[in-house]
Amino acid sequence: MTDPTPPVQDLPSDLSSPEKLAAALEATGYLPDEGLATAAYLALVMHRPLFLEGEAGVGKTALAHALAEVTGRPIYRLQCYEGLEASQALYDWDFGRQLLHLRAAEAAHVNDNPDALEASLYDRRFLLARPLLQALEDSPSVLLVDEVDRADDEFEAFLLEVLSDFTISIPELGTVRAVTPPLVILTSNRTREVHDALKRRCLYHWLQHPDFDREVAILRRRLPEVTEQLAREVARATAKLRTLDLLKPPGIAEAMDWATALHTLGARDLDPDVAARTLGAVLKYREDTERVQMQVRGALFGGG
Amino acid sequence: MAADVVARDVVDTVLGFARTLRAAGVAASPDRVEAMLAAVGSLDVLDARDVYWAGRLTLCSGPDDLDRYDAAFTAYFAGERPRPTRTAPPEQQIVSAMAPLTEGSGEGDQSSDAQELAVQASAAEVLRHRDVSELTVAEREHLRRLFALLQPASPMRPARRRRPSPVGSVHPARTVRRALRDGGEVTRLLHRRAAPRPRRVVLLVDVSGSMSPYADALLRFAHAAVRARPSSTEVFTIGTRLTRVTREMRLRDPDKALAASGSAIPDWSGGTRLGEVLKAFLDRWGQRGMARGAVVVVCSDGWERGGTELLGEQMARLRRLAHAVVWVNPHKGREGYEPLTGGMQAALPSVDHFVSGHSLAAFEELTGVIERA
Repeated sequence: MTDPTPPVQDLPSDLSSPEKLAAALEATGYLPDEGLATAAYLALVMHRPLFLEGEAGVGKTALAHALAEVTGRPIYRLQCYEGLEASQALYDWDFGRQLLHLRAAEAAHVNDNPDALEASLYDRRFLLARPLLQALEDSPSVLLVDEVDRADDEFEAFLLEVLSDFTISIPELGTVRAVTPPLVILTSNRTREVHDALKRRCLYHWLQHPDFDREVAILRRRLPEVTEQLAREVARATAKLRTLDLLKPPGIAEAMDWATALHTLGARDLDPDVAARTLGAVLKYREDTERVQMQVRGALFGGG
Repeated sequence: MAADVVARDVVDTVLGFARTLRAAGVAASPDRVEAMLAAVGSLDVLDARDVYWAGRLTLCSGPDDLDRYDAAFTAYFAGERPRPTRTAPPEQQIVSAMAPLTEGSGEGDQSSDAQELAVQASAAEVLRHRDVSELTVAEREHLRRLFALLQPASPMRPARRRRPSPVGSVHPARTVRRALRDGGEVTRLLHRRAAPRPRRVVLLVDVSGSMSPYADALLRFAHAAVRARPSSTEVFTIGTRLTRVTREMRLRDPDKALAASGSAIPDWSGGTRLGEVLKAFLDRWGQRGMARGAVVVVCSDGWERGGTELLGEQMARLRRLAHAVVWVNPHKGREGYEPLTGGMQAALPSVDHFVSGHSLAAFEELTGVIERA
């Protein structure tokens, strides 16, 4: 219902290169590496959705929130699940209010023109916008389609359509088109292979656990109350845990939980005792906890 | 003019790189290459890191592509020329996939008996109950056609998504939409109901040496299952390694599907490391969702070369994820069979249904077990 060709939007000068975008993201507390910063920058300038894959807890969802913050755009989040329907992703009619409206019109005896009455029922105010429609209407915005691998094939095909031309047609109302395409972030934990047609629409980035220095920096930035010493030891132990072939290797989120737990207990560094007591913050399987406690406890936490 | 030359240079370079990448096995389709050009245009053309990321973000589509991409990038931008054509997959691997079929079983000494029987009774009826490892080439040929007729149905699971239906709970949106048409009067209640959906079936087929008389039949069964429900069936082969062959199994023609799977399987007729391979399956696919709520069918004789502790552990893990675990052991059909191998002993506590898989009749029974699982 707006201009058919989306105008190219110039980025603010403080975001006009991958390096500048990285610096802006760092200011919000999100520390991207070179590849991720380039990916986010290209998604912004090319108006292409960014498909982020990687283990749980590497910061896929957090990136979308950080990008919303640096661009000053509102963020809309669609959590995917099996059986997700278009009416939960796009829009739905508020039928209760429609019925009330009809009754009110009847009571006021204004129903002498049935066509006009019917048209008034499909007014915008009776439309409940869901995340996809909200993101298009409120453009420019950030649209986070979280865990798209959980949705089923039908929904993927439907999403492809919306992400191809950033328009949604509502039979009773007309077509809604985004003035500026929203910045779309799709995340996947790779529980299932997402269809190639959808990936082809997107930039693809495989997100890895951060290296040691970056992880320490992230811990320090997000948890300023935690000491440098503790942050380094937590990062080192977390990195070691990731090499142990666990059922669920800890992500950054777990490392942060762990550091917070240790700090809350008043720990200044990671001694084996307090580490063993707080393992529940990093390891989420009984088998993992047992393996770590039995086999490698000494090696893991011994020595600075 | 100079800018034109530079632009054409960039296009040529990118196209050449895309060819190299395709030769390395990454499907860099033309629209992706176009995206790379656009991405390079948004970055610094002369910066190698920028070109690297522009290509990686647009041309790759999965973690498996990344190593190939890195290798191709180094090779190409270090001056290596793109190879003009893709090399064809080696032929002998295809032959090895078909080997159990064409070579016969080596145990065909009963063939004269079988032929006599075939004269007396319906050949199909007899073949249904014969052990597939003891068939002659001609009988295998016949059985192959029967396999194509097998139609494994899939188990169903309740779904959240509700569809319009004459019975079930009231569908408010449809009812009100109808009422709006009738001037706001609710004249009729419309209903909706959750329609059950197929449950995922995951087949893990052992292709190690000890299973080779049966692997062909099991893969044919897997093919029939994939053909019946392409979107909810997954097939892996297990041996010394784990190989996903779902994509190959989707080919319509069973022989082509088997040949394609054969060239994808690197460990055909090798040894068995069930525990390790099962762990690889659970780590890479199972725990992330593929085995969750699925019916997982392990087709193996349970012959484990290494220790059985890992196998037992992984089977217990599988059972916690799956809706039902079915173990198919072709030897179970033999008279007097006892599951005495260490592997079977370790696995059985975590198995819901233990069935034989040595004849067409056994496979028919197996489809029933899967459907009701």
